[in-house]
Amino acid sequence: MRPRSQGTRKVINFLSLLASGCAALIGIAFLIWILWDVIAQGISAINWQFFTQLPAPPGIKGGGLANAILGTIIITIIATVLGVPIGILAGTYLSEFGSGRLAATVRFLSDIFVSAPSIVIGVFVYAILVLPMHSFSGLAGGVSLAIIMIPVVTRTTEEMLRLVPNQMREAALALGAPYWHMVWNVAYRSARAGMLTGILLAIARVAGETAPLLFTALNSPYWPQGLTKPMANLTVTIFNYAMSPYSDWQAKAWGGALVITIGVLAANIFARVFIRSKKNKG
Amino acid sequence: MKEKSTRFSAVWEAIFKFLTHGAGVFILILLFSMLGVLTYVAWPSIKKFGLSFLWSTAWNPVTNQFGALTTIVGTLVSTALAMILAVPLAFGVAIFLTELSPTVLRPIFSVAIELLAAIPSIIYGMWGLFKLAPINADYIQPWLSKHLGFLPLFQGPPMGIGMFTAGIVLAIMILPFMSSVMKDVFEMTPKVLKESAYGLGATTWEVVWQVVLPYGKRGVVGGLFLGLGRALGETMAVTFVIGNAHQLSWSLFMPSNTIASTLANEFTEASSPIYLAALVELGLVLFLITFIVLGLAQWWLNRSVPKEAR
Repeated sequence: MRPRSQGTRKVINFLSLLASGCAALIGIAFLIWILWDVIAQGISAINWQFFTQLPAPPGIKGGGLANAILGTIIITIIATVLGVPIGILAGTYLSEFGSGRLAATVRFLSDIFVSAPSIVIGVFVYAILVLPMHSFSGLAGGVSLAIIMIPVVTRTTEEMLRLVPNQMREAALALGAPYWHMVWNVAYRSARAGMLTGILLAIARVAGETAPLLFTALNSPYWPQGLTKPMANLTVTIFNYAMSPYSDWQAKAWGGALVITIGVLAANIFARVFIRSKKNKG
Repeated sequence: MKEKSTRFSAVWEAIFKFLTHGAGVFILILLFSMLGVLTYVAWPSIKKFGLSFLWSTAWNPVTNQFGALTTIVGTLVSTALAMILAVPLAFGVAIFLTELSPTVLRPIFSVAIELLAAIPSIIYGMWGLFKLAPINADYIQPWLSKHLGFLPLFQGPPMGIGMFTAGIVLAIMILPFMSSVMKDVFEMTPKVLKESAYGLGATTWEVVWQVVLPYGKRGVVGGLFLGLGRALGETMAVTFVIGNAHQLSWSLFMPSNTIASTLANEFTEASSPIYLAALVELGLVLFLITFIVLGLAQWWLNRSVPKEAR
C-alpha cells in the first residue's frame, strides 16, 4: 500500500466521518420532517366525530372515518386469526424439525416472501377469491394480509425458538416427555415473550398495508356489511381521500394517516419494551 | 390406563408433526400456487402478445393493445434513482450508528431507525404528494433545469409530480430499512479485529473502510439487494407522486409509472378480460423480477454469516 502522511490520513478521516455524520443528519432530518407534518396536519382533523361517524360527502361539515377504522380492525383480526397459527406452526417446523433440505428451502423461500411485493399478493387473492365470489370482500382483504403475515411470523417464531437452549429440550425429553409436550410446555413457554413480540410486529406491519387491499377489500362508505361485501378500511380510504380534489377529504386523509402512524409506532414501542422487560426478568 | 395415555400421546405426536410439517410445506405451496395462478389468469395476454409484451410500449385499453416496456422502464428508473440517493446515505447512517454516535445514544438512534422503517409506505407517499412535490416544483426542479438543464434528464416542465419526486420518496422510504440492515452487518465485525486495527494506529475511517467493510462485504451487498427488492415492488410511496402516465421520456420531471403503480391505479378499472390479463401479467413480471433480486440478496446474506453462527 502506498504510504500516506499522517496529516493526509487525518484529513481523509475527518472528511469521511463528517460526510457520514451529515448523511445521518440528512436522513434523520427527513424522517422528523415527515413525522412532524403527519402530526401537525393530522391533529387538526381529529375530533370525537372522526372516530364515531360515517364519512360525510365533500363540502359537508363533520363526518368521520369510524367505518374505516372498524373495517381495518376487522380485516386485521381476520389476517391474525388465519396467519398467526400457520406462521407459528411453520416456524416450529423450521426450528424443531428443520435440519433437512426441505426445511432449508422453506426457510430460503419465506425469507424472500417476507419482502415480496404486497401488491402482487393482492393480485393473487383477487384471482383466487374475488373472481370466483364475484365480489370484493373484507374476507379477501383479510386473506391477503394473512399471506403477508405468514412468512413474517414464521421467521420470528423460528428465531425465538432457536434462542431456547437445547439443554432444556433435552432435559424435558430425558424425563420422558413426548416431543409435542416438550415443544408446548418447554420451548413455547420459554420463547413466549419473543414470539408475542414477533406477532405484534407482524400485526402492526399488515395493519398499515394498503396495496393488497386496493382490489381485495376495496373500500366502502358504509359500515361493514358482512365479510363477503366490500369493506371500508383506513389505508385505502386515506389513499382515495388524499388523491381527491376536496380539501376537507384531504384533511381527513391526514387524520387517518396520523391514526395509522400512532397505532403502528405504539405497537412497535410496546413490543420492544415488552420483550426487554421479559428478557430482564428471565 | 397407562397404555391408553401412551396411545393418546402417540396420536398427538402424529398430529403435531403433521401440522408443523404441513405448515412448512404450505408456504412452499403458497409461493408456487401464486406463480401458477398468476400465469393462469394472465394466460390470454401471454398468448396474445407473446414475448413482445416485454418490449412493446403500447398501452391502449380502447384497442386492447398492451405492452410492459414503459412500466418496466419506470420501475427500473425509479428504483435506480432511489438507490443512487439512498445507498450513500444509508452507508453514512450505518457508520454513524456503529462507530461515531456516543455509546449512550446508540440504542436510542437504533430504535428510532427501526421505528421509522416500520412506518407504513402510504404515509411516505402521502407526504410526498402534499409536501415534497410542491417544493420540488417550486424550488428544486427549476434550480436543476437552470444549472443542469443541458442534460435531457433535467429538461421539461417542473410539475413536481413525476419520476424525480417518486425516486426521492422511494429513497427516503428505503433509507431506514437499508441502514438498519447495514448496521446489523457492521455490528457483526469482531471487536478484536477492530481493536487490533486501532492498536496499529488506524483512524476510524481506515477501520471502517479496511476492516469493517471487507468483513461484512457480503452482508452489505445482501442488504443493498433487499433494499432494491423493496423499492422495485413498492406501491404506495410511488403511486401518489409518479403521475401515472404511460410514456417513455428522457426527462425525470415527466409523469411516468411503475408496474406497481399501474396495478394500483388501473386494476379495478380493467374493463375487458384481456386488459385484466395484461395487468396480471405485469404483476407476474414484477413477481419474477423481485423474486430473482431477493433470492440473490438472501443467498449473499446467508453466505455472509458463518454456518455455525446461524
